[in-house]
Amino acid sequence: MLEVKTLSKHFGGVRAVDGLDLRVERGEIFGLIGPNGSGKSTLVNIICGVLQPTSGDILFEGRSLDGRAPSARLRTGIARTFQNIRLFGGLTVWQNLWVAGNSTEDIKSQSIVSRWIGTSTRLKKEIEVMLEFSDLADKADVLASNLAFGEQRRLELARAIAAKPRLLLLDEPAAGMNQAEVGELEKRLRSLRKQGMTIILVEHVMQLVMGVTDRIAVLNFGSKIAEGTPENIQQDKAVQTAYLGQSDES
Amino acid sequence: MDYYLNLINTIGIHTLLGLSAYLLILTGQVSMAQAGFFGVGAYTAAILTVIFQWSILSAIGAAMLVAGGLAFLVGFPALRVRGLMLVVATIAFSEFARMFFYNLRWQVVRDGTEIGPNGTMGFAEIRYFNNNGWLNWEVTIFLWTFVVVVMAIIWWSDRTRVGAVLRAVGEDELAADSTGINVTVVKVAAMTAGGVVAGLAGSLYAHQVTDLDHHTFTVLLATFAIAYPILGGLTNVFGTLVAVVFIQGLLVEGLRFLGDWRMLLFGALIIVAMNFKPMGLFDNQTIRILQNALGIKRRGGST
Repeated sequence: MLEVKTLSKHFGGVRAVDGLDLRVERGEIFGLIGPNGSGKSTLVNIICGVLQPTSGDILFEGRSLDGRAPSARLRTGIARTFQNIRLFGGLTVWQNLWVAGNSTEDIKSQSIVSRWIGTSTRLKKEIEVMLEFSDLADKADVLASNLAFGEQRRLELARAIAAKPRLLLLDEPAAGMNQAEVGELEKRLRSLRKQGMTIILVEHVMQLVMGVTDRIAVLNFGSKIAEGTPENIQQDKAVQTAYLGQSDES
Repeated sequence: MDYYLNLINTIGIHTLLGLSAYLLILTGQVSMAQAGFFGVGAYTAAILTVIFQWSILSAIGAAMLVAGGLAFLVGFPALRVRGLMLVVATIAFSEFARMFFYNLRWQVVRDGTEIGPNGTMGFAEIRYFNNNGWLNWEVTIFLWTFVVVVMAIIWWSDRTRVGAVLRAVGEDELAADSTGINVTVVKVAAMTAGGVVAGLAGSLYAHQVTDLDHHTFTVLLATFAIAYPILGGLTNVFGTLVAVVFIQGLLVEGLRFLGDWRMLLFGALIIVAMNFKPMGLFDNQTIRILQNALGIKRRGGST
C-alpha cells in the first residue's frame, strides 16, 4: 500500500527523519509512536505532501508521490487530520463536509458544473452518512468554530474520510480526549478498517494504540528503532529505553 | 433630479468595485489592485467607443476581458505573497496602471477636433450616451442592470459549493489543500473574476462621468474597494451594497456641508462600526433582526 524508502528530512542540521524505511500493508491500522520530536509529524507531513523530503521516496500503491501537492495526493487517495485541529471555522459542519466530499470516484464521473455547485443528491446523501457516522447529525448547521472540542475532532475525522481515501493518516486524533471519547474513536477506527481503509495512526495515547493497531513502528530521532505487533513492542528493550531512559543498573 | 441619479450611479459603480474586492477577500486575498483593474476597464472601454466607435455593450465586454486577463496574469505572482506583502505588490500594480494612463497619449482627429486620451490632460469627451441620445434615467437603469446581475450571480454562487470553497481557502489554505481543493486554481480564479467585475465597474464609470483623470485611480480608490466588503461584512453581497450606501450616500454626499471634516468623521465612524460590528454592518445578527421584522422564517438546511 505505502512504501517509505530511505526517507530523510533535514531542517538545517537537525535530522527530523533520517533514512527511514516503512511498509504499510493494505487494510491494516499501522501505529506510529515515539517520544516527542522523534519525527512522526514530519513523516505525516511528507507523506501528505506538505513538506518535501531531503532525500528518499514514497510509493503509494506502487507509484511515486514525488512532487505532488497535497490536493493531488488527496485525489489519489490519501487523506489526513491535523495534530492541532484545522477546520474551516467560519463554515457550518455541513459546509465543511460539502467542501471535502468532492473527490470520490462516483462524484468524479459527474459533470464539472454539478461537481462545483455541489448539488448532486449523491453528494448530499454521502454527507448525511458522514454526519451519522460522526454523530453530528443534529449539529449540521452549527458553525465549526462553535463546536465543542470533541465534536471538532469528530468533524475533522469526518472531513478526512468524506473524500473516501484508501489511506488515512491520523495525527494524534485522541489528544485531549477523555476515556469515553477515546473509546468511541477506537470503535470508529475499527469500523473504517472493516470498510477496507488503511490507517496510519500517530498517537501518544497508548490505550488506543495498543488496543486498535495491527502493527506498530517506533521512531526515535528520525529512525525506526522497533517494529512489530503491539505485544512485541511492549516488551521491546530498545523501546523501553527510548521512552523511559537507560537504567543505571543494567 | 440629475444630482440624485448621479448619486445612484456612483453607488452602483462603487458596489461593483466593492464586489470585485469581496470575491478576493473571501479567499483571504487583500488586493489593492482593484483600482488598477478599474482604470484599465475605464480606459479600454472609453478608447473603444471614442476612437474605434464600438457600441457600448461590446466595449464593456472587451473591457471586462482585458481587465480579467490582466488580473489572471497578476494572480500568479500574487500566489507567492500574502497578507501585507500582497497589499504592497498590488499597490505597485495599481500605481503602474495609473502612471501608464498618465503618460498615454493617443489622439485622433475626428470632425476637426482631437479626441482620445491626452496624457496628463486626461481623457475627455467620452460622450457615447450623450451622442446616442440616452436620457439620464436610461443610463441609470442600464448601469444598475449590470449591478443587479453581478450581485445575483455572486449571491447565487455564494450559496453553492463554490462559495464554501472560496471561504474554505480564505480560512485555512493548508487545510483546504489537504481537503483536495486546488488552492492555486481557486485563488487565480477569484483574482480573475475580481478583475472582470472591476473592469466592468470602470467601463461604466468612464461613460457615466465622460471624463477620465488618472487621479481617480489612486490608492484611495483601492482602499475604498476593500473597505466596502470589510465594513459591510462578508456574510453576503448585500453587506457591500449597505456599506457603499453608508459611505457614498451618507458620509460623502449626505455630510457634504461638513467639508473636509468629513474625512475625519469617516475614519472615526469606521472605527466605531468595526468595534460594534466586527463582522460588518450586515452580519448574521442584522440579518436575523431584519428577518424577524419582516416576518421571514429562518431557512433550515445548509443549501
